[in-house]
Amino acid sequence: MAEPLIFELSSPGRRGTVWPACDVPQQPLETLLPAARRAQPPRLPEVSELDVVRHFTRLSQMNYAIDTTFVPLGSCSMKYNPKVNDRIASLPGFAQLHPYQPAETCQGALEVLYRLERGLAEVTGMADCSLQPSAGAQGELTGLKIVRAYHAAQGHPRKVVLIPDSAHGTNPASAALSGYTVREIKSGRNGLVDVAALREAMHGDVACLMLTNPNTLGLFEREILQITAILHEHDALVYLDGANMNAMLGLVKPGTMGVDIIQLNLHKTFSTPHGGGGPGAGPVAVVQKLVPFLPTPRIERQGDRYVWNDRHPQSIGRVRSFYGNAGILIRAWAYLVAHGREGLVKIGRMAVMNANYLRARLAPHVELPYGRTCMHEFVASLAALKPAGVTTLDVAKRLLDYGFYAPTIYFPLIVSEAMMIEPTESESKETLDAFADALIAIIDEARRDPELVRTSPHATAVRRLDEVQAARQLDLRWQPAPGEKASR
Amino acid sequence: MDYVANTTTQEQQMLRAIGVERFEELLSDIPASLRNPTLALPAGVAELELVSRAKALARQNRCAEELDSYLGAGMYEHHIPSVVDALANRGEFATAYTPYQAEASQGTLQAIYEYQTLICELTGMEVANASLYDGASSLAEAALVALRVTGRRRLLVSEAVHPEYRQVLRTYLDGNGWPVEEIPAPSGITDRAEIAQRLSHDVAAVIVQTPNFFGCVESLAELGEAAKRRGALFIVCAYPIALGVIQPPGVASADIVIGEGQSLGNPISYGGPTLGFFAAKQELVRRIPGRLAGRTVDAERACGYVLTLQAREQHIRRDKASSNVCTNEALLALRATIYLSALGPQGLRELALLNLQKSHYAHSRLRQIPQVTAAFAQPFFNEFVIQFADSVDTQRLEQRLLEQGILGGVSLGRWYPALKQAWLICVTETKTKAQIDRFIDTLAQNVQVAHG
Repeated sequence: MAEPLIFELSSPGRRGTVWPACDVPQQPLETLLPAARRAQPPRLPEVSELDVVRHFTRLSQMNYAIDTTFVPLGSCSMKYNPKVNDRIASLPGFAQLHPYQPAETCQGALEVLYRLERGLAEVTGMADCSLQPSAGAQGELTGLKIVRAYHAAQGHPRKVVLIPDSAHGTNPASAALSGYTVREIKSGRNGLVDVAALREAMHGDVACLMLTNPNTLGLFEREILQITAILHEHDALVYLDGANMNAMLGLVKPGTMGVDIIQLNLHKTFSTPHGGGGPGAGPVAVVQKLVPFLPTPRIERQGDRYVWNDRHPQSIGRVRSFYGNAGILIRAWAYLVAHGREGLVKIGRMAVMNANYLRARLAPHVELPYGRTCMHEFVASLAALKPAGVTTLDVAKRLLDYGFYAPTIYFPLIVSEAMMIEPTESESKETLDAFADALIAIIDEARRDPELVRTSPHATAVRRLDEVQAARQLDLRWQPAPGEKASR
Repeated sequence: MDYVANTTTQEQQMLRAIGVERFEELLSDIPASLRNPTLALPAGVAELELVSRAKALARQNRCAEELDSYLGAGMYEHHIPSVVDALANRGEFATAYTPYQAEASQGTLQAIYEYQTLICELTGMEVANASLYDGASSLAEAALVALRVTGRRRLLVSEAVHPEYRQVLRTYLDGNGWPVEEIPAPSGITDRAEIAQRLSHDVAAVIVQTPNFFGCVESLAELGEAAKRRGALFIVCAYPIALGVIQPPGVASADIVIGEGQSLGNPISYGGPTLGFFAAKQELVRRIPGRLAGRTVDAERACGYVLTLQAREQHIRRDKASSNVCTNEALLALRATIYLSALGPQGLRELALLNLQKSHYAHSRLRQIPQVTAAFAQPFFNEFVIQFADSVDTQRLEQRLLEQGILGGVSLGRWYPALKQAWLICVTETKTKAQIDRFIDTLAQNVQVAHG
């Protein structure tokens, strides 16, 4: 059943909020705002509180989410989001704190942020960390600004960033936004960086390599030490896209691989709720020589007190307002404290084990173009279904009928009919088995009854949606029907 | 503690199914010298211990529940109706992914479509995206759109735009060689003569904020006309609650309207998470950053929602994308949608009027204190600047107010040396007359003590 738009539930004069009467002496509006007053009220819905509750509850019921089902999206680390973290972030002592309060009134919050910085630096094997970036892509931008500042400080800001063809789209977009030219490095036949091609691409104007490790095929770069050494020979830097950090938690530290900069997606590896597309947080950790370039302000410990300091002349400056998405950072701190040393190792191990188990269960039924084993995710190709006229998109949609969210599809771009699957450590063997059974059943359906798969989903709130029409006949907001009164 | 479900027995079964004897075999691609590093971290704790520790730390903060706070400057303390938390905290919303599989994400997508509509209504614009990180990065993204669309190089930014937003703009543009010129606002609003003088045909955008950082309402129409005459884009950073009573920037020729949406049902939360909103004229729709939800039909011609115009975005266009943004602030946009739905047009207007009246009451009382003067004589919304006489030790005053449980205002000297004796004071609907009176009486008493 379709849910009407909230605007369609509107009835003139109905209201959902009442404010207290004004208790101060009032002046005429015309005196306070002599000009530039609003002439027409915005067409907000006029609904009761119960209308609001039912409307948004019904909308929520049309969503698949971690709390309702398995979400095996590759490179997204859709793990369980512990409820205690939400509770902690909403304590008034954190949620009702103003960013411009004197530091002496925020010591608890500053301690949380400081300890999170130290914890993330330890987990990544880096010297220091800034929590400021709002999400992964802003972390990438921050990292690249640091690369630029580092080379500029040496008198030669370089021009080129090398990016493997299996990288996330944010990598080239962030590099371009930072004023760099992107040069793509082709993957070798084994899905890994072609070290010879990398060596050939190196020159004095290469600023850095943006590497994802494990890469988006779920493979660990075996030649990682050679790769980072090649960059360092030219005083170029190695930027690691930490989107896939979940695979490495407690098992290997990026700092020991020769990585100079890494961003962490706390809404992936550190379990903060994805929120249907944010908020996230994208802290950036760096090696010692890059610490002076981190964004300001920085938290500093002076004796047993914490303060904000923005006097860092070599800093790239601010990348956002205030100090970062503090409410998200507090959740990540809680996750780190709860797990501790052994807990983090267990996450890394179980993320890898679950992915390999699911991979092994699917191996007889799908093409697995790369590797014998994987780290935290793997990529299957469903190109074998093409003769039956069934695409990966069709299979993804059919999975929704089986009650599962679909894996990432058509990515990475180097695999045809790709399906990128990441189960995370949260899922039980039973869930993985049920998912594998569903995918195997769908592959069978694709051969026996391709039409069933091609016309899926059948059991969702809506049937397959027409994306072409959405783009051709743009409809991006509600407007009252012609003839209806434009404004009340 | 951890949240892993598999038992040791299952681990053994899984290793057998994978075809390895020991887990370590799965890590054979990692150079041996790098494997299994030491982690200098404490042992984990149970939920009970975690909560006690967090509460102890939270108690070390003196928050708005305990203190009477008049701080604003970009983050505002507003009442949040209970429905916002009750609905937005539902796991179906909070733990959903970005709605790439539209059929399994109709709740999120329809809410974004409703949010886009509400932002258009508030700002008077034609299209709005699904959100960006915060007001600051939205401003930088808007400037980038202007630079690309006009092919010009100069940006004129009012000094009365939030100082941190201007810092972020500089960080985003650094390395690309685009000069940012700051236009003074000595009377509390942007100097129009200075704009007129600098506004030549190589200016990509004129950027102002309303109510601006000092709380003053800018005369948008004039600035918008001037920008238009020179072919520059007019970018306005707006405070959404104020738009309940002040003219929407869309009426004043704005090409892009951005701002911080925290006020729309989101806690101040020590400065984040924040909600960047971004609205524009229809003609810019293919140039704007961020996600867009669009209405379409399904295979049975029933109405449904999808992400659309994705060819602008990084996962399709890579280095040619309109922005690198991926994860945005969907849950905060949902909260804004619930908030504005609960308020309705009448509720929003009344809220704006409460803010307007209460801040003016505080302002008129403060001006009666001999050592206090109003810094500017401009119309303002819920925030204003006062100047203390040079003899007043404002740091000491701040301390004395704090001792009596009051956060008096944001000191402006750190950003504006000429305003080193000035405070930015914000009064929202959350303050009663009794609170305001106590604040001002306390300030009046202590300004004398802090004197000299």
